[in-house]
Amino acid sequence: MSEAAATKGKLAIYWAASCGGCEISLLGIDTKILDVAEAFDVVFCPCIADGKVRDVEKMQDGEIDVCLFNGGIRTSEQEYMARLMRKKSKVLIAFGSCASEGCIPGLGNLHNRETIFEDSYQETASTDNPQRVRPQSVTEVDEGKLHLPVFYDTLKTLDQTVPVDYYLPGCPPESPRIWEAIEAIVAGKLPPPGAVIGEHTTVCDTCPRTRDEKKIKAFKRTWEVLPDEETCLLEQGLVCCGPATRAGCGALCPAVNSPCIGCYGPNQGVEDYGARLMSALASVIDSEDPEEIDQIIEQGIPDPVGTFYRFSLAASHLRRSKREVAAGNGPSAAAADVR
Amino acid sequence: MAEKVGVYVCHCGSNIAGKVDVEDVAKWAGENVKDVAVSRDYKFMCSSLGQKLVEDDIKEHGLTRVVVAACSPHLHEKTFRRACSNAGLNPYLMEMTNIREHCSWVHKDRAAATEKARALVSASIERVKFQEPLEPMFVDVNRATLVIGGGIAGLQATLELADAGYPVYLVERQPSIGGHMAQFDKTFPTLDCSACILTPKMSEVGQHENVTLLTYAELEEVSGSVGSFKVKIRQKARHVVFDDCTGCGICVEKCPRKVLDTEFEAGMGNRKAIYMPFPQAVPRVPVIDTESCIWFERQKCRACEKLCPTNAIDFDQQDELIDIEVGNIIMATGWEPFDTRKIPQYGYGRLANVYTSLEFERLCNAAGPTNGKIVLRDGKTEPKSVAIVHCVGSRDERHNPYCSGVCCMAALKLGHLVVEKTDAEVYSFYIDMRTNQKNYEEFYQRLLGEGMRFVRGKVAEVTDAARKPSEQGKLIVQCEDTLVGRQQRYPVDMVILMGAIEPQRDAREMGLKCGISCSMDGWYTERHPKLDPVATMTDGIFVAGTCQGPKDIPASVAQGAAAAARVSGMITKGKVMIEPIVAKIDEEGCSGCRICNNMCPYNAIEYDAEAQVSRVITALCKGCGTCVSACPAGVISGAHFSDRQIFAQIQGALWDAWQPQDAASQDAETVPVSAP
Repeated sequence: MSEAAATKGKLAIYWAASCGGCEISLLGIDTKILDVAEAFDVVFCPCIADGKVRDVEKMQDGEIDVCLFNGGIRTSEQEYMARLMRKKSKVLIAFGSCASEGCIPGLGNLHNRETIFEDSYQETASTDNPQRVRPQSVTEVDEGKLHLPVFYDTLKTLDQTVPVDYYLPGCPPESPRIWEAIEAIVAGKLPPPGAVIGEHTTVCDTCPRTRDEKKIKAFKRTWEVLPDEETCLLEQGLVCCGPATRAGCGALCPAVNSPCIGCYGPNQGVEDYGARLMSALASVIDSEDPEEIDQIIEQGIPDPVGTFYRFSLAASHLRRSKREVAAGNGPSAAAADVR
Repeated sequence: MAEKVGVYVCHCGSNIAGKVDVEDVAKWAGENVKDVAVSRDYKFMCSSLGQKLVEDDIKEHGLTRVVVAACSPHLHEKTFRRACSNAGLNPYLMEMTNIREHCSWVHKDRAAATEKARALVSASIERVKFQEPLEPMFVDVNRATLVIGGGIAGLQATLELADAGYPVYLVERQPSIGGHMAQFDKTFPTLDCSACILTPKMSEVGQHENVTLLTYAELEEVSGSVGSFKVKIRQKARHVVFDDCTGCGICVEKCPRKVLDTEFEAGMGNRKAIYMPFPQAVPRVPVIDTESCIWFERQKCRACEKLCPTNAIDFDQQDELIDIEVGNIIMATGWEPFDTRKIPQYGYGRLANVYTSLEFERLCNAAGPTNGKIVLRDGKTEPKSVAIVHCVGSRDERHNPYCSGVCCMAALKLGHLVVEKTDAEVYSFYIDMRTNQKNYEEFYQRLLGEGMRFVRGKVAEVTDAARKPSEQGKLIVQCEDTLVGRQQRYPVDMVILMGAIEPQRDAREMGLKCGISCSMDGWYTERHPKLDPVATMTDGIFVAGTCQGPKDIPASVAQGAAAAARVSGMITKGKVMIEPIVAKIDEEGCSGCRICNNMCPYNAIEYDAEAQVSRVITALCKGCGTCVSACPAGVISGAHFSDRQIFAQIQGALWDAWQPQDAASQDAETVPVSAP
């Protein structure tokens, strides 16, 4: 790293709609963080160091070499920060599942602002809100107007908001993969822009279980069975997302007898993770009888969106549940629907 | 580099132009769609001048992609691929847009149809830009042919090929070849003895050095593709060792169990538990019907085994699976009669002297159960009057909307036989008399002179409830004589129902095995109803005879011969081009999850246990895309149907609605937030 240290770069790490796990995983590279510090000045990282947005605003465009941006875009403030970090960074990396594909916060796209607020500020058991107070983006007080970020109906991924150079998958990205990515950045050995920095195969490739042809009569949920430790979990009826999920984790979940839930996202070149997985599982259902097939699916997969789109709903072709749009078939109405 | 797309919109005379403003579509594409270098409309794109237009533009304007908006690619994809090829453009860089079947023929509103045509053309333009040049592949054609079905169509096809010197496997489900024609007494309009003209062909097939005859056998499984099919045949257990049997018939003679013969004799006669369907059966090797054999029923008897001079009886024989390899397959699986019980008001099964036409064929056949004597069910009384009812289950929306085609002539033939053999009065109840082949009308005219009575009307009911003394003990046919305009009651002794010709019950299932489809009625779908009536959409699979639709003997024979000629041509050519539209697995990306392994309908995927990857056997792949969509990792790509091509096509179709999801498009609710 000595050469890199000579030309010390600037690194920013920002978070939007996410849980903070990505930062924890980043710190999971352990003492190698010192190497990172040797190669980069961390100029902005609200999670671990104090910093002001106005300091970033004052920077030259493109002054930051690399920005690791985790989290999806749910509020106007997050959108502003995404645009700001894009402007100030040479390389913007969607860091982790939330920024890349929406992740768990993206499941909020099954709802909208109203229903989410209703739930959070009214319906939850511990809430007492008889006046039905809701967060307002603008509140008039004696001293003037107070602003809060606008909460959007739809969570967007980072690249639905600003152009993104690279993607690092995973919820969170595994520490060794983060380190590999940093090494690649420092060594200037990045793939062509727009690429996902990761494997080009799926979890099965790293899973040691024995695999055979698949014929599934019933899907089972994890609490229903104690799976055999040697054979493919999918063959045992568990909805293991391993076949559809990008390798990179080292098959951690199957290693502890638990099916893959798909946190590493789609494999290289796959447009819609959930559609792929559904199509694959539908292919191995062992029945020709439509009624029986319906039954197998209804009994074994009670939550299809949560199963197939747990991490990727916001980035999928579906993106969100249907919204009411203005009547008419003109281009503008259709465009509104797409959003 | 941007592609240069040439767009050609066909009028197809008024077929397309009548409902779609083709000039507008061409003009619009030329002016509004990106990368379109040339856009024209033309009266008939498939004409040589139309093709030349494409060729010249490719050369002159350096087109890199071509879109032809015309009819179905089934009709003219080859034509325009060839045109591109002639001009030096890879043929797979041409895309056809079907604005005839998908647009002009199915819409009434001209403006809307034009709008749709624009969308379809736009979809093709966007798609074609991502199409990739492909090189066709060639495979050798196996010289052997499989013919399925040993009726007259199958026999003809078999003989044509065998006589040409090519090996043929003929598979027949029944114990003997011959099909329905073997059951008939006479054939119309010549009144030839059916058996006399059929049996020579049967024995020729039975003895032909190039024919491997597999009777009492059924198609189990087909894999592979044109040129090299692999077929599994289930040889059902005859319980008679084929090679040891001399066909002496002692076993049949001595068998103590007599059962009703519902197959060959159509329930009119009996056979033994060990039997040959009829005296001239080919091969002359009986089978044991295990459902009626005393040994299989209660472990007693074995008379046939004791008396067989060559010890050919084998009670332990099991079904056997035979693997064969052929280059082409001819389906000649035939038909089965309509179940006349489905029309209860005609009384079949309830009123003894109501017969199906097939029963009557056996009744007047000299080799039949009554030695050709036409008598009522009591076995002795000759009928004094006979009614023949046409269109039973045909031309009837409740059963089959189609005309079975041959029943009018068959009814005339049966009527003639009654007139010839008895003194009975014959009434023929018809809706329309259809006698439109060579010498058929003359036969009808001849019968008009023989004293048969023709009543034009659809029979309402056949009943035994007499209303007056003259109807006592008779069957009364109630029918409106539409020429007189009056309801009439015709008391007769015997009624013959001309049941419809229906597809075999398992036609669809058999078709699936070979990868060919059926029409709604259940007849196999030919490649083109007029211009390609014996080929199917699956290369190397041909159809002949009534499995493709009701037809008479001459037509079945002609189609059998035509199918054989097509196969002959393929064999003579020696090699066949197969579409390079196949699936490919990226082995680096394949994790060996094995989800695709039992998906392939053509068994074209194999798993390499050592490398832990799956592979596509290109020669077997038909490019159907099943594995492509099943692969969860997305590492199987289907040539000519890549995700990129399909998404581009969708985007093109939605040209007026699609807005790229770039970073610039924002929620309307966005409020700029100033820095804290």
